[in-house]
Amino acid sequence: MHSDILILGGGPAGLAAAIAARSRVRTALVVSTPGQESPLARAERIDNYPGLPGLSGARLLETLEEHARAMGTDFLPGRAVSLLAWNGFHVTVGREIAEGEALILAPGVARQAKFPGEAEFLGRGVSYCATCDGMLYRNRPVAVVGLAPDAPMEAAFLRSLGCQVTYLSPKEPQGLETGIPFLRASRFAIRGEQTVSALEADGQVVPCAAVFLLRRTVAPTDLLPALETEQGYVKVDRRMATSVPGVWAAGDCTGAPLQIAKAVGEGHTAALSACEWLEQRAAESAKK
Amino acid sequence: MTDFTKESFQAAIAGPKPVMVDFWASWCMPCKMLSPLIADLADRYEGKVVSGKVNTDDEMELSYQYGITAIPSVLFFQNGREVQRIVGVNGPDAYTQVLDSLL
Repeated sequence: MHSDILILGGGPAGLAAAIAARSRVRTALVVSTPGQESPLARAERIDNYPGLPGLSGARLLETLEEHARAMGTDFLPGRAVSLLAWNGFHVTVGREIAEGEALILAPGVARQAKFPGEAEFLGRGVSYCATCDGMLYRNRPVAVVGLAPDAPMEAAFLRSLGCQVTYLSPKEPQGLETGIPFLRASRFAIRGEQTVSALEADGQVVPCAAVFLLRRTVAPTDLLPALETEQGYVKVDRRMATSVPGVWAAGDCTGAPLQIAKAVGEGHTAALSACEWLEQRAAESAKK
Repeated sequence: MTDFTKESFQAAIAGPKPVMVDFWASWCMPCKMLSPLIADLADRYEGKVVSGKVNTDDEMELSYQYGITAIPSVLFFQNGREVQRIVGVNGPDAYTQVLDSLL
């Protein structure tokens, strides 16, 4: 799926960006997990969003999404797990590759402290994507750390490949396949030498060849390591430009205040900046 | 780009030129996404670097031998030994920096 502007995140910032992009007649593709998984969807009542007092978070999200859809925004449900910045921007989302000429990052709060051993063993037994790496661990013991609502589904996929799956999470998962053992734990550390040999979960050692860390979103800096950050948030200027050319960021990922009104304004600004950048680029290429 | 088998792979890394090898699989979407960039680099460095790919499903022994635990993994060889490995999807600079350092 190709678009002028690829938007990662379907919250207020991402949807406001899509609406602004469409109003400038640019194609916009929003990659997002379902709205009901957003923390905002659990807000019972919002009274500080101008002009629309008293809506629930879920209703506000629905309203924004309906608006973006009515404007002609394309949507791709899922989570971006890898990103390539070359000849535009490309991300993998499940079995799809989404592409855009410009990129807007709006994943919400994506600051996540890494677990001990996570960075060290990334690519050597630690994976963020069961679909991508599961086949390499067929018939071997693996641990799934479920921190996203769809993690039980990914665990089932790994089991279907023949992996011996242990599922761990701080809360009882919903929809975990019968036959997959569950351990409640909230503190994790990855152990091994050259490659992963075990997951330590609240002090208990779970021997495994791989640990799949399935979070709600992959942090922007994991997708695009060249992004500059400030106190853990994506660093942007007033036009919401990041340190990477062609990439803008908006919403909670850029820092406080973590408010809908701020996210919407930033999303709008990011999209207008991206549109302007695309226009300048087209004009420069026409001169050549 | 050459599709390496165990035999052609060993012959390539034993040669005098640096070698870039992309370990991939047909079911791996990040591999599919990265593949055009690796092919482009192979063209740009043609004559200076030997480039090829290894299908991890077809060449499981090679994958096991080199401890491939995540794909895509791009391995670089010089004088028969692995000198660098880049796991996952990266932009072109990550690969050209290694290639340039080997020339």
